[in-house]
Amino acid sequence: MKKEHHLQDYESVQANFSWETIAKELDGLPHKKGLNIAYETVDRHAKGKHKNTVAIRFIRKDNSFQEFTYSKLKIQTSKFANVLQHLGIKKGDRVFSLAGRIPELYITALGALKYTAVFCPLFSVFGPEPILQRISKGKASVLVTTSALFEKKVKQLQEQLPFLRFILLTDIDEHTSTKILSFSKLMDQANEEFSIPQTNLEDAALLHFTSGTTGMPKGVLHVHQAVLTHYITGKYVLDFHPGDIFWCTADPGWVTGTSYGIISPLVNGVTSIVDEEEFNAIRWYSILEEHKVNIWYTAPTAIRRLMRMDINPKQAYDLENLRLILSVGEPLQAEEVIWGEKTFGMPILDNWWQTETGGIMIANYATMQVKPGSMGKPLPGVEVAIATIDGGKLKLITEPNIEGHLVLKKGFPSMFRTYLHEEDRYKKCFIGDWYLSGDLAKIDGDGYFWFIGRADDIIKTSGHMVGPFEVESTLMRHVDVLEAAVIGKPEPTIGELVKAFIVLKPGIEPNITVKMDIMGFARKEMGPAVAPKEIEFIESIPKTRSGKVLRRLLKARELGLPEGDLSTLETS
Amino acid sequence: MKKEEIEKIIFSILKQIAPDTEPSELALDENIKETLGIDSFDFLQFIITLDEKLNREIPEQDYGKITTMSSLINYLTQNMK
Repeated sequence: MKKEHHLQDYESVQANFSWETIAKELDGLPHKKGLNIAYETVDRHAKGKHKNTVAIRFIRKDNSFQEFTYSKLKIQTSKFANVLQHLGIKKGDRVFSLAGRIPELYITALGALKYTAVFCPLFSVFGPEPILQRISKGKASVLVTTSALFEKKVKQLQEQLPFLRFILLTDIDEHTSTKILSFSKLMDQANEEFSIPQTNLEDAALLHFTSGTTGMPKGVLHVHQAVLTHYITGKYVLDFHPGDIFWCTADPGWVTGTSYGIISPLVNGVTSIVDEEEFNAIRWYSILEEHKVNIWYTAPTAIRRLMRMDINPKQAYDLENLRLILSVGEPLQAEEVIWGEKTFGMPILDNWWQTETGGIMIANYATMQVKPGSMGKPLPGVEVAIATIDGGKLKLITEPNIEGHLVLKKGFPSMFRTYLHEEDRYKKCFIGDWYLSGDLAKIDGDGYFWFIGRADDIIKTSGHMVGPFEVESTLMRHVDVLEAAVIGKPEPTIGELVKAFIVLKPGIEPNITVKMDIMGFARKEMGPAVAPKEIEFIESIPKTRSGKVLRRLLKARELGLPEGDLSTLETS
Repeated sequence: MKKEEIEKIIFSILKQIAPDTEPSELALDENIKETLGIDSFDFLQFIITLDEKLNREIPEQDYGKITTMSSLINYLTQNMK
């Protein structure tokens, strides 16, 4: 039976939208104790009609799978909340995870939210340096990880992390010290019942790290009422209906994998598929078929890989259940949207949002005409505009097709509340009530947004932000490196690849051995998701007169583009 | 081409992509990506370079079949006959 899309008439929904009305569609904690993400995503379903619905189906690498119904997930997450209580963790303390897409990660996330601790996921592909940066800045009290990741990436950092009280390993049976504990043993001993404490709308819930142009990564803090955005985007953009099977391919180490790999499908009571394995075309198409996926939320990197292959999925697989395909991470090109139409019989619906916005902000909706290559239109309830920024003053552009800064008016539930311990950095992102996204865009005459590019030097690789400064700082620690500058070099599959320009110390010969040594050092310290994929030796790094690295000039040279105004270039 | 020669080429490409690792120490049944800590993009570059060196083209849909040294070498030797 065809399911009627929740968003039938965009204009009328937008005109009548209020967050207060949406809040009434959620339950709130019993006895008016507030709003808690874990209650809305798990507990309320566990005592209602969805109690036997599968909440998450974990597909292991060997294709076997493990299912958690909403009632089972309630028990597991309550147990983990009791584990935190047993360990003496306080409300607002940070609980970090560093793991692949295994059940323990999801139990940790929801259990920590239930306990009113703050959950912070780390991407398991990070090397020790990004892990150290993030755990230090977030002052983690608890880290949940696997023995292998602990041995390889965390063990050597322990002395630098004195505030980290407990490390819970998911795959050991016995505690090995008073600090390194067995996740399963603690869970076995924990009570199945947990009473969620008072949770205020503005209580901190989630911490995600994202990269900035300058300085080290920023800890983006979200609050419990962000769940309203997760809920309504699940309804209006992902169009969740009871019985739906949803697959978000993102890793919870990044915000999409948490907002849409955990919270949004669960708050809407559908079944979420989690695949432990990495991208593999045949495996992915098989999952869509075997698990009867209805809604598939993926990324341009994967779509481009699939486009390269000589497979006709509609012929080779039974994809009759597939109703919607969506994408986020970086803008989809028109031909990628059209490829979806040709290949699956439906356009791939692009949408736009950031770690800071916590949920989808601009989207293409299945019930609205899709203009291939466009970001779509703002989510009802969110005000988005294009503006000029001059001398710290913001002026909205009302005429169509004029490029400017993409700005969002704060006031929606999932807008971040601060950069942890960096209030000044947070304030710099706003002019009045307008949040400056750092992206450039334009609006056409029909109200569709079109992405132009970044307003800064942040690199977007495989859909993830990488801060050039973070990479440069690590490279400078190599014994042969005098200076480094890092840019995003356009690359057809992953958007941009991290490329480093390096000035060697005097007397060091620029040869392949040195290059490989630096490359190896960078990968060991930062991991393959952040480390440069390309290194080029140069004589000097171009800088402004005030000493700021001119990454744009390096990028222009790399692309063979005009170098622009060089009047601020250092002349010495 | 002999198995040993193919192995040598594989190790040399992997070493260039991930100089922090020792590809020659890979056990036959170990997952190459996971053991060496290389991502999907690295793996793609690895296969593209391997194709160039061996003067052949491994279709991308077969990448899932060549995750370990033994499966990769078997794949290459069988498809070379």
